[in-house]
Amino acid sequence: MAEDILHEVTQNEYKYGFTTDIETDIIPTGLNEDVIRLISSKKNEPEWLLEFRLKAFRHWQTMKMPDWALLKIPEIDYQSISYYAAPRKNAPKSLDEVDPELLNTFNKLGIPLEEQMALSGIAVDAVMDSVSVKTTFKETLAEKGIIFCSFSEAVEHHPDLVKKYLGSVVPYNDNFYAALNCAVFSDGSFVYIPKGVRCPMELSTYFRINASNTGQFERTLIVADEDSYVSYLEGCTAPMRDENQLHAAIVEIVVQKNAEVKYSTVQNWYPGDKNGNGGVYNFVTKRGICKGENSKISWTQVETGSAITWKYPSCILQGDNSSAEFYSVAVTNNFQQADTGTKMIHLGKNTKSHILSKGISAGVSNNSYRGLVRVGANAENARNFSQCDSLLLGDKCGAHTFPYMDVNNDTAIVEHEATTSKISEDQIFYCNQRGISTEDAVGLIVNGYAKEVINKLPMEFAVEAQKLLQITLEGSVG
Amino acid sequence: MRPIPNIMLEIKDLHASINGKEILKGLSLTVHPGEIHAIMGPNGAGKSTLSSVLTGNPAFEVTHGKVSFYGKDLLELPPEDRACEGIFLSFQYPVEIPGVSMVNFMRTAINEHRKYNNLPPLSATDFLRVMREKKELVEMDNKLTNRSVNEGFSGGEKKRNEIFQMAMLEPRLSILDETDSGLDIDALRIVANGVNKLKSPENASIVITHYQRLLDYIIPDFVHVLYDGRIVKSGTKELALELEKKGYDWIKQEVDKK
Ligand SMILES: Nc1ncnc2c1ncn2[C@@H]1O[C@H](COP(=O)(O)OP(=O)(O)OP(=O)(O)O)[C@@H](O)[C@H]1O
Ligand SMILES: [Mg+2]
Repeated sequence: MAEDILHEVTQNEYKYGFTTDIETDIIPTGLNEDVIRLISSKKNEPEWLLEFRLKAFRHWQTMKMPDWALLKIPEIDYQSISYYAAPRKNAPKSLDEVDPELLNTFNKLGIPLEEQMALSGIAVDAVMDSVSVKTTFKETLAEKGIIFCSFSEAVEHHPDLVKKYLGSVVPYNDNFYAALNCAVFSDGSFVYIPKGVRCPMELSTYFRINASNTGQFERTLIVADEDSYVSYLEGCTAPMRDENQLHAAIVEIVVQKNAEVKYSTVQNWYPGDKNGNGGVYNFVTKRGICKGENSKISWTQVETGSAITWKYPSCILQGDNSSAEFYSVAVTNNFQQADTGTKMIHLGKNTKSHILSKGISAGVSNNSYRGLVRVGANAENARNFSQCDSLLLGDKCGAHTFPYMDVNNDTAIVEHEATTSKISEDQIFYCNQRGISTEDAVGLIVNGYAKEVINKLPMEFAVEAQKLLQITLEGSVG
Repeated sequence: MRPIPNIMLEIKDLHASINGKEILKGLSLTVHPGEIHAIMGPNGAGKSTLSSVLTGNPAFEVTHGKVSFYGKDLLELPPEDRACEGIFLSFQYPVEIPGVSMVNFMRTAINEHRKYNNLPPLSATDFLRVMREKKELVEMDNKLTNRSVNEGFSGGEKKRNEIFQMAMLEPRLSILDETDSGLDIDALRIVANGVNKLKSPENASIVITHYQRLLDYIIPDFVHVLYDGRIVKSGTKELALELEKKGYDWIKQEVDKK
């Protein structure tokens, strides 16, 4: 009987499964140096960037896909992927120039651009496939000297900044997917907050995979100069697809003395259907460096989508007294697999990190937390506290915790706590007996479980994230 | 001619089992509005099973019999609809729901009841007012309602919380499954007073208990003995006093003789 309920609740199909009919400019499938030159020339890139790509590509060819994660990854034929797709029309200057189809898509996703601009004061850098289609509020930001633009624009208008920081946190040879991204990255976002500036609004980007059989290789670079502050939001949903889609993004964050960066993500790529067909493979490298004294990074992520997630937003705590936080909710349902967590690398003195990970597994999914806390020999008084909780819905899913510690300074205090709990039939029945349906009961319990993390998100995102949790798990309990 | 009293709950020849084991073996009971029925009986007789089956716990399977609630086939309804029809169970063992605040839980529950009855959701102010009133009624500590549902509550606090929820939801039929066990003497009086204050000619209660002392406060119209999955003896409040004195052996013997 519990099985029936479980079955019923897990059978909800992805609600954002639709595709947009927009002309795209796709180059033939396959990957070689010519393709990389073609991408670079289509984007009118300077020579040094082409060299960066080629160096990465040559290194990537010597690398193998990592196999240490608790993931079953089907063979990926990198030659069958098209590495560049862009909306054909020229980038519009106002909403009037934006393809109505695209606006419509955003509306279906509940992200009406006009409303966002008018009501919430969020600057939206909407990324359709690979090229930035719309950047708003640029003027307001420009007054403060803030740069928030597509990566390509940054290469064109701020080459010195890009050159200085590109690859400085995630080197081109960091890992297989990072090297691939460095070789073929299409577009993404660039943020620069000048000294002493507090960014007056949340900066937000919506990503969306659109062209069939097109890998997504986004690249984000955020630089917060001394005494500055910015909160950055990244969110995405993807349309339904039969073929698996590869997504290998890189996010680099550099935080100087006394500066702070908050990075929040709600990830809702297409997870595949309930039989495990299709879905996005999300292999992301996200890393920030607390470069200066007293600098701070916090990562907050709500991961509900993708067929496979491989993602470890990390922090290098280099500056003395710097601190880092990682707050994560990762949900897997049906056949989804997630291996996600963080790395905290303490190098400076009196550095602090806090990890709070909440995994939720349903269906026959697998959800792993993998975290590394490393304390360097010079990191006097480093402190870390990690809390990793797992919540199971039903008994066919799995939750795993892999905490690694590498402590090389004996003044360090590193603590780890882990719990596993299950939503029991008794809890559901108790709610039912008070008039609450099973679906709503799961929503209540899951949102209660995840609320410490959800509360870290900016308001607009928190609401969306709560809805997502419920939608993702609709129908899944025993 | 006297008017035929309106029947609230009618249980006819109910058989129910769990994991293939039959627990209820032909149980019949009729409850009219305004009545209080006490059900007593030895451990393992099937009292909690009866409350589970009436409220639709999916762990139990009904194999035979009928249950109607104001003429509606109760067994057809999912548990949440039975609750919204006005059937409330004060659980013998209330479960903890970590992370879900009492306030959030109660607001969801009340609004689900209202939705079922085509009423708009209660405004935040109205909700908080009702919450305050009912807390006073059962003398419930503010600290408890600020916590997660039953999490870390003592045994007695859990029971009091059940009656608080009952007061909030104003059911037509409340089933109290050993609500008295675990309560200290003062709490017993407070909880019983709460129940009595909620009593009306339209409402009915089924009170499951092992002890006469609860029935000193909540005076039953009928007392039934449940033994081996059936109601084997019914009487008035004097039956409870007799059971208190003599235990169940004489009833068991009567039944086993047949
Ligand atoms: N999950 C189960 N599997 C098998 N037997 C069960 C299960 N749950 C209950 N039972 C059995 O059903 C019978 C009736 O249990 P029930 O809880 O209804 O008794 P009760 O009359 O409420 O007893 P008490 O006075 O101790 O509360 C008991 O023999 C019990 O062991
Ligand atoms: Mg019992």
